[in-house]
Amino acid sequence: MLKTISQMIRSGILTEKIESRPDPASDSKELQQKIWRLLGRALSIRHVDAGSCNGCELEIQALNNPYYNLEGVGIRFVASPRHADMLLVTGPVSVNMEEALRRTYDAVPEPKLVVAVGDCGACGGIFGKSYASRGGVSEVVPVNGTVSGCPPSPRAILETILETICAAGSQPDATHER
Amino acid sequence: MIAESIKEAANVLPSNVPCRHFKVDAEGWRQFGEGVRSKRGNLLSLWGTDDRDRDARYRVYAAYLEAKSVSVVEHEIDAGTTPAYPSIAEIFPSAPRMERAIFDLLGIKSMQADYRGWLRHAGWPNEVFPLRRDFDAKSQYSVISEPYPFVQVEGDGVHEIPVGPVHAGTIEPGHFRFSVVGEKVLRLEERLGYNHKGIAKRFEQLPQRRGHSLAARISGDSAVTYSWAYCAALEAITRTPCPRLGAHLRALALEHERMANHLGDLGALGNDAGFAFGLTHFSRLKEDLLRTNQAIFGARYLMDFIVPGGVATELPEDALQSLLGQYAALEHEVLSLRNIYDNHAGIQDRFREAGVLSNELATNLDAMGLAARASSIERDLRVNLPWYPYNNLELKAVTQAAGDVAARVNVRFDEVFASMDICRTLLEHLPDGPVRCAVPDAKPDQLGLGIIEGWRGPVLIALETGADGSIRRCHAHDPSWQNWPLLEYAILGNIVPDFPLINKSFNLSYSGHDG
Repeated sequence: MLKTISQMIRSGILTEKIESRPDPASDSKELQQKIWRLLGRALSIRHVDAGSCNGCELEIQALNNPYYNLEGVGIRFVASPRHADMLLVTGPVSVNMEEALRRTYDAVPEPKLVVAVGDCGACGGIFGKSYASRGGVSEVVPVNGTVSGCPPSPRAILETILETICAAGSQPDATHER
Repeated sequence: MIAESIKEAANVLPSNVPCRHFKVDAEGWRQFGEGVRSKRGNLLSLWGTDDRDRDARYRVYAAYLEAKSVSVVEHEIDAGTTPAYPSIAEIFPSAPRMERAIFDLLGIKSMQADYRGWLRHAGWPNEVFPLRRDFDAKSQYSVISEPYPFVQVEGDGVHEIPVGPVHAGTIEPGHFRFSVVGEKVLRLEERLGYNHKGIAKRFEQLPQRRGHSLAARISGDSAVTYSWAYCAALEAITRTPCPRLGAHLRALALEHERMANHLGDLGALGNDAGFAFGLTHFSRLKEDLLRTNQAIFGARYLMDFIVPGGVATELPEDALQSLLGQYAALEHEVLSLRNIYDNHAGIQDRFREAGVLSNELATNLDAMGLAARASSIERDLRVNLPWYPYNNLELKAVTQAAGDVAARVNVRFDEVFASMDICRTLLEHLPDGPVRCAVPDAKPDQLGLGIIEGWRGPVLIALETGADGSIRRCHAHDPSWQNWPLLEYAILGNIVPDFPLINKSFNLSYSGHDG
């Protein structure tokens, strides 16, 4: 136990300042308050891998490491789409995941947001459109925000998540109806 | 004409490892497999091609991993109304899923009992076979619903738990069907293929010079392994070896990939055993390493670092000092965390005797890579079939005997330290010269193999060239093909809540498997 505690003390707090493009001045506390104002609680995200190579997954997982400390700004990943405000979708949407993605989308309560992650999510990436790939998330469900990159950095993913919430917050109707 | 040229190749296939080529008839197809099995060799990969445009034949290939070399066996099949070949499923339990995948993509049947679609989930019609030459890659079909009969377990109190394809965590899609009594797992049946995005067909639309970009994106966590395997195949076919400095940098990148994945897994395994501290600290160390990658190689994940002929960028000037400093700090941290893991009764209670895979099962099921080494199988292709620069290093395969989660954790710890040593040696003996050379277009109809031991196990790329620098066929094989079935055995008799931990201890690729 002593070793565990001393390791914690030695490492210290590593969380870095987040600069979001819509509001570069805001620090994590302000962001947290902004999310609170918009939602009245933490932003809950459900991730869906719709045919990714797993590169984007690794960078999404990195958002939870102490440097980015996603939960510290009031964003958390949830286990069920029924608990989610936002879907974070990776991959070009493989044909074999199309139905699962649609069902997951339908299971998210309104209002809902969708962010397509990575070049594949944005436009199909190197896999494109084929017998096995739909060529991008927006081919299957409506998309509110897109972050390209192969894979995009955790910071880029975080910025797009924040931009998408802010945009939805300033236009209450931006969250779409099916 | 083409058959003649293969005969002239004197039974040797271009590859980065010793590789022999045999042609057999239907009887020989099984006999060869039996011979390999009797010498404790393993099935490495199985694939097929449509050569009807060339000589009215289909072909199936099997690659076997033997003590001193890889053997590729080729079998021709007449393109009649129901093209078929004998199954090797009874000899190699890892074969059935590969045979089902060959059928889904090419419509050539092995004579085995299980004809359920594996990669085809009714996303395209069942009379359509995407890897046939006359199939238009751009064709799109709407998904129809087709039932998939799982094997039923019957008896008092038995119930089923379906999980997936969308999982609770940030992981890839797949379906697990548990049959349980109380908490105990009686049977697990996996259904994979959700991530199938037509990679083999996509290769055929790319020029040889761009194939590495697609290869790197077959399984993102193994981008270096796959892109190196692809380039190794192309370089072997064109007889243009990568300059020595380039090869050193490739190996450096491969070891960084191994360390990053192992660090991530060590954290996730602690977390799955209820020790969030482990995740916090290992994810911090992984992030440090990825940022080092950004500074040294120009990207956190090295999707585009390895290119045909070498690597894309040179080492920055101050790289050597900064890397050595990084390794020293990392070594200190990992030692300290290992000490905490080793002495934490709660974690060890969860790790030990969970998800045991015996040496006998691992051998019979063709276990590959890390999972095999945790069950006393002393095989690491960097040691057994080393290519440059690994043939210049003194290496020993890391093994553990227990075959449980703890053993797979300890292999990861040991390999992190071993990789750091490899990196130090590589940096100490950096050769002079260019980091890459020009690779010409290969002659058509050449078959070559690239085999690289990645962090998960050996990855194989079988590349067949077409005319004018095109790719005629490219088969990519992930060790997860062999290792997914291991999980079905390792979970037996364990409780459902231990599944995430046991699954993570293998950490298999869905995307690499599904293609």
